[in-house]
Amino acid sequence: MTDLTSLTLAEDRDGLAKKSFTSLELTNAHLDAIQAARALNAFVMETPDQARAMAREADASITKGQGGPLAGIPLGIKDLFATRDVRTTACSKILANFVPTYESTITSQLWRDGAVMLGKLNNDEFAMGSSNETSCFGPVVNPWRRDGANTTLVPGGSSGGSASAVAALLCMGATATDTGGSIRQPAAFTATVGLKPTYGRCSRWGIAAFASSLDQAGPIARTVRDAAILMRSMAGHDPKDTTSADRDVPDYEAAIGKSVKGMRIGIPREYRLDGMPAEIEKLWSEGGAWLKSAGAELVEVSLPHTKYALPAYYIVAPAEASSNLARYDGVRYGLRVPGRSIGEMYENTRAEGFGDEVRRRVMIGTYVLSAGYYDAYYLRAQKVRTLIKRDFEDCFAKGVNALLTPATPSAAFGIGEKGGDPVEMYLNDIFTVTVNMAGLPGIAVPAGKDAQGLPLGLQLIGRPFDEETLFSLAEVLEQAAGRFTPTRWW
Amino acid sequence: MSVDAATVRRIAHLARIAVVEAEIPHLQGELNAMLAFVEQLSEVNIEGVEPMTSVTPMEMKKRPDAVNDGEIADDIVRNAPATDDHFFLVPKVVE
Repeated sequence: MTDLTSLTLAEDRDGLAKKSFTSLELTNAHLDAIQAARALNAFVMETPDQARAMAREADASITKGQGGPLAGIPLGIKDLFATRDVRTTACSKILANFVPTYESTITSQLWRDGAVMLGKLNNDEFAMGSSNETSCFGPVVNPWRRDGANTTLVPGGSSGGSASAVAALLCMGATATDTGGSIRQPAAFTATVGLKPTYGRCSRWGIAAFASSLDQAGPIARTVRDAAILMRSMAGHDPKDTTSADRDVPDYEAAIGKSVKGMRIGIPREYRLDGMPAEIEKLWSEGGAWLKSAGAELVEVSLPHTKYALPAYYIVAPAEASSNLARYDGVRYGLRVPGRSIGEMYENTRAEGFGDEVRRRVMIGTYVLSAGYYDAYYLRAQKVRTLIKRDFEDCFAKGVNALLTPATPSAAFGIGEKGGDPVEMYLNDIFTVTVNMAGLPGIAVPAGKDAQGLPLGLQLIGRPFDEETLFSLAEVLEQAAGRFTPTRWW
Repeated sequence: MSVDAATVRRIAHLARIAVVEAEIPHLQGELNAMLAFVEQLSEVNIEGVEPMTSVTPMEMKKRPDAVNDGEIADDIVRNAPATDDHFFLVPKVVE
């Protein structure tokens, strides 16, 4: 029998329907793979008993012909998503023992559709990071290595566990979240497909909040089709999230294979950075050529405020984080460190419970919102954000259907390599953060390798709520580039 | 703009995060690096630009003003570090 972990989600779904194998067999194969891959540190909590129970239930419903769209498909869940009776920590010491009494909307929709939970995946603490090195459970290791080297590399972040687990074939797909690039950058670093949907497309209810006006959940998957299948279950209106969009959820999978003939693809000139590696430059033009040969038309466009997106983000996101994380006070849940007064108890709890990166962002956010600085920083950043969004609107008004850009300015780097300067780490998100600032959908697709054999990705940015066009275009890139899987060393 | 040591202490207090004196110079350096990075925003012409309040134009959904959840006190206190009955316990606030 073929190794059940090596198939795509779409192939597994078909195999389960044809009863070529059972969900229990598929689930066990993945549980074994997880056990053999502990060196990657992708899972922070394995739930094998629950996985097998869910698999048996899925098998029973498939037998009765009542299996949902994801019946029996084993998935990994980023530890930012609340899972009922299963510890959910956001990979922070402050939530080390938190066991939710409720289920996030997205995961409840996945279980509704028959999916199986294998466990909880590592991430940067409260999703704040670009390398998965800020997790209280320690860094995740990228299954990819440079040719002929054994340096351990980061999988990107904050959804590093999700990306690493999908790339290493430990789960069929994974949930992830993206505030400034946290789905697309790790997808690019691991040769997986990652979609950040339009703001409001997926419910944020039950996901630990980082920056509420930017946070959006989406899938990390092995193929574009797999991402489309997962999206159909993850998307949808939720009365518990007032920012979730009340719009029908299309059959995203139907967009796969649709002609892209005549589509206008914008190539934003501001994304051509000084000192960008030649390989990325080359990959980008190759990607354009692939879309062109599929019948799309390339047009050079301008997004003049691009360079201001990252600095504006580092005001808006920490400001919202400082407000959202005020809830961790040692009273209602989470860690408590005693103090002589209630004030001292708050201060001790938060000093002990938050890691360095979270503390840094909460402090900068507190500062830019404080009396006397609000107008100079926060208000100005929100005005710049309006201009960033307007740049995209101007492009779309000229008939551009989507934009093509590199996903990241480099391939994966070594663990500990970018420890010193926080701003250097932030530059990882230079191509992805604009999309969050404008609330648009963006997808990262594996497109090639660098000279050292590491994967590189391209990003497509779409019009609001037009994820379908992204799936159609992304599949064209995928067909041309092929699939990339790491050689197993773990 | 940059922050001095006294401002770092004030921010830490506003954020309710205890910091020890030895950490202040390091924190000050990091915060100033971030502030230097965002400084480039001052060159953008924002004359007449509205600040963004909602990234997607949508009207806030309203629901009937009726109780639709509750009677879950056990769940609410389940993860609390210190409780008595269905109350959260905190250090004495009022003398």
